[in-house]
Amino acid sequence: MQKYIGTPTSRIDGRAKVTGEAKYAAEFNAPGLVHGSVVTSSIAKGRIVRIDASDALRVAGVIDVLSHENRLPMASTDSAYKDETAPKGSPFRPLYEDRIMFSGQPIALVVAEEPEIARFAASLVRVEYDEEAHVTDVFRRRDEAVSLEPSTKPPESIFGPPKPRGSAEKAFASAEVRHAGEYYVPIEHHNPMELYASTVVWEGDGKLTIYDKTQGVQNVQRYVCGVFDMKPDDVRVMSAYMGGGFGSGLRPQYEVVLAVLAAQALERSVRVVLTRQQMYVLGYRPAMIQRIELGARPGGTLEAITHEAITVTSQYEDFYRQESGWSGLLYTCANAKYVHKLVRLDLPTSCDMRCPSAATGVYALECAMDELAVALKLDPLELRLRCYSDRDQNTNRPYSSKSLRACYHQGAEAFGWDKRSPEPRSMRDGNELVGWGMATGIWEALQVPIAVRIVLSANGHAEVSCATSDIGTGTYTIMAQVAADMLGLPMENITIKLGDSTLPQSPVEGGSWIAASVSNGIATTADAIRGELLRLAKQMPNSPLADAGPDEVALADGKLVSTPDASRAVSIVDAMRHGAVDRIEQEKSTTFADDGSKGHNTHSAVFTEVKVDEQLGVIRVTRVVNAVAAGRILNIKTARSQIMGSVVWGIGMALHEETLLDHTFGRVMNANIAEYQVPVNADVHDIKVIFVDEPDATINRLGIKGLGEIGIVGVAAAVANAIYHATGKRVRDLPITLDKLQR
Amino acid sequence: MINFEYARASDVADAVRQIAGDPGAKFIAGGTNLIDLMKEDVERPSRLIDISRLPLNKVEETADGGVRIGALVPNSDLAYHPLIEQRYPMLGSAILAGASQQLRNMASTGGNLLQRTRCYYFYDTATPCNKREPGSGCSAINGLNRMHAILGTSEACIATHPSDMCVALAALDAKVQVIGPAGERTISFADFHRLPWDTPQRDTNLEPNELITAVELPAQGFRTNYTYLKIRDRLSYAFALVSVAAALELEGARIKEARVALGGVAHKPWRDALAEGALRGQEANPANFRRAAHMLLRDAKGFAHNTFKIDLARRAIVRALTQAARGTPQSQSNKKIR
Repeated sequence: MQKYIGTPTSRIDGRAKVTGEAKYAAEFNAPGLVHGSVVTSSIAKGRIVRIDASDALRVAGVIDVLSHENRLPMASTDSAYKDETAPKGSPFRPLYEDRIMFSGQPIALVVAEEPEIARFAASLVRVEYDEEAHVTDVFRRRDEAVSLEPSTKPPESIFGPPKPRGSAEKAFASAEVRHAGEYYVPIEHHNPMELYASTVVWEGDGKLTIYDKTQGVQNVQRYVCGVFDMKPDDVRVMSAYMGGGFGSGLRPQYEVVLAVLAAQALERSVRVVLTRQQMYVLGYRPAMIQRIELGARPGGTLEAITHEAITVTSQYEDFYRQESGWSGLLYTCANAKYVHKLVRLDLPTSCDMRCPSAATGVYALECAMDELAVALKLDPLELRLRCYSDRDQNTNRPYSSKSLRACYHQGAEAFGWDKRSPEPRSMRDGNELVGWGMATGIWEALQVPIAVRIVLSANGHAEVSCATSDIGTGTYTIMAQVAADMLGLPMENITIKLGDSTLPQSPVEGGSWIAASVSNGIATTADAIRGELLRLAKQMPNSPLADAGPDEVALADGKLVSTPDASRAVSIVDAMRHGAVDRIEQEKSTTFADDGSKGHNTHSAVFTEVKVDEQLGVIRVTRVVNAVAAGRILNIKTARSQIMGSVVWGIGMALHEETLLDHTFGRVMNANIAEYQVPVNADVHDIKVIFVDEPDATINRLGIKGLGEIGIVGVAAAVANAIYHATGKRVRDLPITLDKLQR
Repeated sequence: MINFEYARASDVADAVRQIAGDPGAKFIAGGTNLIDLMKEDVERPSRLIDISRLPLNKVEETADGGVRIGALVPNSDLAYHPLIEQRYPMLGSAILAGASQQLRNMASTGGNLLQRTRCYYFYDTATPCNKREPGSGCSAINGLNRMHAILGTSEACIATHPSDMCVALAALDAKVQVIGPAGERTISFADFHRLPWDTPQRDTNLEPNELITAVELPAQGFRTNYTYLKIRDRLSYAFALVSVAAALELEGARIKEARVALGGVAHKPWRDALAEGALRGQEANPANFRRAAHMLLRDAKGFAHNTFKIDLARRAIVRALTQAARGTPQSQSNKKIR
């Protein structure tokens, strides 16, 4: 029965959020709670010679100043600090030693009775450094970029570039039409609204309850156990609500380590809240230099693709994602080659951010495809259609479903693409040049092992629980929709519990993988509930379901119904009463065994209109159409919000976002959301989201692919391509600010 | 942020008395900039003297046909005040080009004059900055200076004044009324803000123990031929790369009086008597506008990341004068540039 799946449903947690009833990590209280304020390094590299906290300690209300000099013991092996998403290397250890590895590194925690006192005292901590030369500029180090070592071990084996095919160099050299270009994306930060925070409640007996801002409560729980050598039963991590993550909360952040250190040292409950400025050292989208070479036949078929990516990481961990692989996967092309190199800088480790690898890799590819279309004198959409592939080109396997062609057609029609005049600078509206651009988007359809518990009560209510997070995307709501349909109950009878490390297993929430995973997890567990109900129903005298097999019944409208004969039914309440059970509890794990025979991806086609003031270069994105194929859409309303948010982010990526580093100081200089610019309402006009029908019978039983991230892919390229079409000016480094149009 | 004392001034005389008695004290009105600076430890006042309840919140006509704006009139109230909307629409437009609605609701008229530069280095106490710490050096000259000044810079400082409202006030020849221990005085707007020279720590010629009580506008408001054109990196809630307040008094096709003030290019709203003089008596046409624009920028000097501002400013001036002459001022809600 699917009464709720697919319908536009308002968030079930919406009321709690707007009334303040929903509590976030920094809003929990405990008796005797004290407050920590973080002191950070002002240099990018070197050693701490001396920390003088004497003035801070003299301030009334200050309890302690913790640093590497006086902290309690912490684990001394890298493995203890490796969380489930850690890349290869030696993870950062907060307050561990005197070494400074990046500017803004936490080096002390001032703990006081009030947050204001802690913050004041933190400003009085004096630090002497032994400074060493640092490098934070990717361009200064690009010649020393190191190639990735081939690895057979995940995650490196997953994120390394795919195998090459054919001979891209030869094919490129002999191609009749060629394009080569270098594309740059600067460091960008996630900037979630909610500041990172941890409230550690000292429960006595060494037990801790931790309210932490995170995308993975069990990940943080294991990490804290590892770093502080604690027993799993002694650490409970909670994150019921999150004010935006976008990947910044996949790894445990340093605030939780500092708060636990202080709680243990003082045997008191402690809260640590980062400042907005401190949010700019928690990981970032790596700066990247990408070079793309495309060779084609005059008719518009691709002969050669080479995609080289140089991406930024820290000196202590090698974070990377597969930027280059998308190029060879997406379009039909016999020869493809990939190179990925890393530049290690004196910065924190880069990390996942909204559609990591595709947001950036496909940006470069889709700008290059636009340039190739110009060289071929072909309509950009027509070029994509001529290169269309029904198979995953990297692995040469079919897709479980791919409705990209429908995205192109429906998107183009909604946009009015056929009215585009091909020449740059040929469309105008008064003082403004008008440009139309398009791009393709592609992202994974990932699924992860997950466990779900359902407790069905005899009053027809069910509690569904899983340790996953709702980072603001609407997970509570889609879980309730799926559970209501799978259990045949009204949605208001469903209670969702998540964001608690004691709940059934879930990996971190990321990669747009939770909707598909948890929904199918609910379906699997609901099967077990249904089986148990059938067992009870069969025991009833003259049971109408006496002969029904386990696959011949379904749950609908509060009843267990025979599918061959809907007139045979037993109400859930009757079955449970008769069986004298007041609750049925089932917990099942779902693993998503994949035989690897099919590719799983989501796709999109993005069309944009920009208007550029001819004299002044002021750019306005006046229209965006994003047609998305992402399997079954669970909730049109929250899904549309996800895609709209992603489109806005894509506009920001194209026009605004850039973390400004002063390389003399090795420091982020625009560490606030006034100077780090993201689009405001005035920058966002008409956004039309289309969900293309995409049945997928094999990806999972509900046909769900998951979305959110797919919405950003292609947007920056479509905007950049529209700006070229408007102005005749090709800007290959983001963000496209008006001064770059003048050059 | 440091611990500080808080006191409320009972009247203007009390405010002046209190600040004269405590060299570490600062006045606070809306606090939209001061609180930020305190959080960053850039401003470390020992005491805040709250003047927000003083009776300086009237907009009234003066005997000579002008308008007197109390120092505590909120930016929003001022922008939408009938006297301003009808007689000085350029001022209202400039105010609405700045900040956000929430900030404009809090920000006061006097405070707007005293807001400090948004130079990244001024805000970050881990870096040298002559404005914050005289003698420590200017990090912006060889650093991130895309937002910085191209006119009137010194070797000590290349910061810009961030206000939009002040650009319009400069163009309107406003006057600033202040009161201090020695009594009242009036400062012409051109003399209110300073160039950085070798004392960039001083933004204005206001003495530390003086209080702004009002801003006075002369009778001429340029209500017909004016504009405020602001060019920035996003379409709202961003400081100007370049902004232009342009006002003309026309007699037929000829320019009788011209005012051009630039924002985002200098340590103060930038005016140029020669360029304005060259427009007077001339026909309002693109060639004359371009000539004036070139004159205004004749001494402009760019740095590594901001040379684009020189040409951008020229183009913006021409466009602004065109808008003013046509009587089609830039809308602050529709972001399409007219």
